[in-house]
Order: sequence, then structure tokens, then C-alpha cells
Amino acid sequence: MSEQNQWIMGIETSCDETAVAIVKNGKEIVSNIVSSQIESHKRFGGVVPEIASRHHVEQMTIVIEEAMKEADITFSDLTAIAVTEGPGLVGALLVGVNAAKALAFAHNIPLVGVHHIAGHIYANRLLTEMKFPLLSLVVSGGHTELVYMKEHGHFEVIGETRDDAAGEAYDKVARTLDLPYPGGPHIDRLAQLGEPTIPLPRAWLEEDSYDFSFSGLKSAVINTVHNAEQRGEKIEPEALAASFQQSVIDVLVTKAAKAAKAYKVNQVLLAGGVAANKGLRAALQETFEPLEEIELVIPPLSLCTDNAAMIAAAGSIYYEKGIRSQLNLNANPGLDISIHNS
Amino acid sequence: MKILAIDTSNYPLGIALLEDDKVLGEYITNIKKNHSIRVMPAIEALLKDCDTKPADLTKIVVAKGPGSYTGVRIGVTIAKTLAWSLNIPLTGISSLAVQAASAGKYFNGYLSPLFDARRGQVYTGLYRYDNGKLMNIREDQLLLSKNWAEELTQQPEKILFLGNDASIHRQQIEDIMGEQAIFSGITEMNPRPAELALIGKDMEPEDVHTFVPNYIRLAEAETKWLEENKKQKL
Ligand SMILES: [Zn+2]
Repeated sequence: MSEQNQWIMGIETSCDETAVAIVKNGKEIVSNIVSSQIESHKRFGGVVPEIASRHHVEQMTIVIEEAMKEADITFSDLTAIAVTEGPGLVGALLVGVNAAKALAFAHNIPLVGVHHIAGHIYANRLLTEMKFPLLSLVVSGGHTELVYMKEHGHFEVIGETRDDAAGEAYDKVARTLDLPYPGGPHIDRLAQLGEPTIPLPRAWLEEDSYDFSFSGLKSAVINTVHNAEQRGEKIEPEALAASFQQSVIDVLVTKAAKAAKAYKVNQVLLAGGVAANKGLRAALQETFEPLEEIELVIPPLSLCTDNAAMIAAAGSIYYEKGIRSQLNLNANPGLDISIHNS
Repeated sequence: MKILAIDTSNYPLGIALLEDDKVLGEYITNIKKNHSIRVMPAIEALLKDCDTKPADLTKIVVAKGPGSYTGVRIGVTIAKTLAWSLNIPLTGISSLAVQAASAGKYFNGYLSPLFDARRGQVYTGLYRYDNGKLMNIREDQLLLSKNWAEELTQQPEKILFLGNDASIHRQQIEDIMGEQAIFSGITEMNPRPAELALIGKDMEPEDVHTFVPNYIRLAEAETKWLEENKKQKL
């Protein structure tokens, strides 16, 4: 009996990476091309949506071609095309969505719109099989969420940020410390060099809530720097970075551990760009390793940041569930992750 | 030979299919509805009605701007992806040239197609037909309609203004130019995608990968950045 292989092309343009990947059977990366615009946005101190959209138009077909060449496949081999339909920057999403629709139409290939965060979570399936029920801690520039999954393709957001995402707080604190954009990795690096000696708040919110809040912490950091300046003192940036980072990580890890136990999950998956953070990785390992009944999965850096292999991996499951998009598919910056829950 | 033309530069959405010397079909709407949702279904419907499969297409012609940044980007992205994946040539044509061609063919004088660019500004250029061929006299640019009208009074002939947005600037232009200014009628306001296909028919193809829209304007952040850096250097 010959088993048919499934080949999914993933396309991701939700922010400042133009990415295309080919994934086989939902788990195996055959090619994974990412064209980053980070150098172009550095001079503005952040991603400029109009410039991001312009870059996507310049890169789109080049990246598609590279991904197909590296995978050594033709359009007739493709089972489906999966594309990020949201959330993200609308102008940026539009380039990927319209390119995907044009390909799907030209070669009569099924089209599947994918939620960006579902993609981040499914990056983990490119490493190891998912074991349900599971909990995913999603931490990125735009998202801080705890997502519970009872089965494939079923997403329940049990906690989310009420103000800033963790990644945003990192960027703002980095700006306060005059660190270059993007600030997250610089804070992480400084934090490894310092001791968390500066008292900073932790927002636990209500007893039973898995939600997050980082705006208070961010303000506390800014005030600390400001007050020190007024007294003519200089705050040691390493100590401040370490204290800030510990405050963020404390809340993230404590809430994730509490939820993991309450929902009796078999796996905890880390997802999103901030998953590259060394301090967060270490703290999660320390917390979850003693818990034998829970497996902790942390993807490598290249699968934590935005990429299209993760979109293809999620698309593979959407496709198997029978989810299809039509040629009227639009970019949806406010897309809800749970729309396909049955 | 079957050419697919796509124009999504502004509110009008235009798709045309040209076969040799015959326009097989044209689809035009002029409504404030999302291009991203409607372009691909419009292409699919027109091709289907004309018994044409994507693989039958021999060339893609796209209106490359100026116009709405997002609108132009949607058309150009679709055109580039179709051309690259079907391995057929792609030609980009000025969206203003398409607008000029929509009603200017038998006008003996200069054509000024224009798109509103807010705050009294317009995207425009100067065109004219010469032996049935559309010629560009002044390149596409962005300027105040007031300045444009004043400049045009130096021309010795009548000027035909074309496009849906001409009405926004009509009073201003007539005040300055008087009877020298002529405006096209409402049935000639929409840019004609069949004219886009025709203009692009024999034009040299672009490099599909590097082809980009002609936005005319830098992104706002870029303009500011350049200004600040100039200041610092002084
Ligand atoms: Zn992301």
C-alpha cells in the first residue's frame, strides 16, 4: 500500500519577514526561506507598516521561487497553500494573501488561511508530536497568551495580556535604556550580566486569572530610571535589565505552571519570538523539569521567530480538518484563533 | 495570444482579457469596496466566461501606479505572482496612462489624467495621442492642482482632464484655465482595462522578480528620516 505524501506551501508576511516554506506531512521541513527586513526598519526604531508592505512586494516571488527550488518540487506536487490571514499588519498581510490566492488560482491548488499564532504553536510539531491536552505559552512582540488545546486545530485562549504584550514591554524598556532596535535580545544579553537587585512590581491580577499585564512594570522601569537621573545617580543597566526580565519571567512562568496543573496537560509548548529569550527558557526548564508528567518543548530560535514552516505546519492540520479558503480570502488583522473550533 | 490586464490603482476595479485584436471581456466597477476580496474572484469569473484557463494566458499587464498604495500593491502582487508562476511575461503601465487612454484617443490636444492625492494635490502627467499611439509628454508627478493648472495655461492648446477625481479639482482648474480646460463625461471616467491591455500588448516585459509599483511618493517615515538626516549633516 502506498501512502500519499502531503506537501504544504506556507506563506507568511504578517510583519517584517517575507517567508515561504515547504513542509511535508505536517512535520518535516523541506525548505524554509525567510527574508528579513530588520536592517531596513532599524533606522526608524521599529517596524514601519508602509515600508514593510513595500518590501514584501519586492521579495514575494523571489522567496517563493527559492523555497520551491530548495524543496525541488513543482506546483503539481503541492497539496495545498497555507497563508497567514491574520493577525498582523494589514498592508503586510495583504501581500502574502494575494500572492497565495494568485498561486492557488493559477495552478488550481486548495487554499487555507491560517492564524498567525496557531502557526507559532504548530512550530512545535516540526520538532516533536503534540500530546493533548496541551498548553502553549505564546510570547511575542504583539502577543502574550496562554492557549489550551484539547485536540489538533482546537484553540482556547485561557489568558492574554490586558495591555502591552511582553515583547512590547521589552522594546519600550530597551528604548529607555537607549538600546538599539529590536531591544528584546539586548535586554536578555544585559540581564545575563547583572543581578536582579532593583525591586519592580509583578502584576498577578485576580487570583483565578491567567491574564497578564505589563504596562505597570514598564512604567515602573521608566520611573526608576527617571528618578535616578533626577538624583544625579546612574542606574546600572545590567541590574535594571536583570530585574525587569525577572519580573516578566516570574509572572509568565508562574501563570503557565498554574494553568498547566489546573488543566492537567501532558505538554507545555513555548511559542513566539520572545521564546528566543535565554532567561525565559532557563526559568521554564527549571520549573517544568521536576514535573515528570508534563513534557516541556522549546523550539530552536529559527522556529520561534516568524517563519512560514510554522504556517505550513498549522495549515497541514487545518487542511486535514477540511478547512478551505476561497479566492475572496482577505487579510484579517483581528482574526480570532478559535473560529474553526468544532 | 491572450493578455490579462489588471487595474486596482484606485476605487475602480478593472480586469480585461484581450485576444489578438479582440477584447474578449472587460469587468469594471467603481465602488468603495475592498479590492483584496474582489480581484481574484473577478479574474476567475471573467476567464471562466471567456472559456479561458490560467494556462492559456500569454501575458499579464498591470497598472503600476500612481494611486492608492494598498490598491496598487494588490494588483501588482497578483500580477507578479501570476506571471512568475505561469512563466509568462509581465508589463507594467502607468495608471495615469490608462486613465488618459480611457477617453483621449480622438481628442486633438493634451490629456491630463488625474487622481486626487488629498490636501489639494493630484497625481497627474501630460499625454497625447500621436497617430493612434499614446505619448507621454510630461512624466507622472505629484503636485498641487492649482500649480498644475497655472502651468498648463502656458500650453497653446486645450487640455482634456480625465478621471473620476477630476470633479474634486474642477472648480479650481476652471477658475484658473477658463475655457482651455475640458472635462470628460461620466461614462468615460473609469480607466478602461482593455486600453491597459492594448497599451501593454507590445511593450517590453519587466523583470518579474524586481518589478515594483511606481508609488511616486516615498513612505512618510522615509521622508521624515531623510529630512532629519539632512539637518544633522548641515
Ligand atoms: Zn509572530
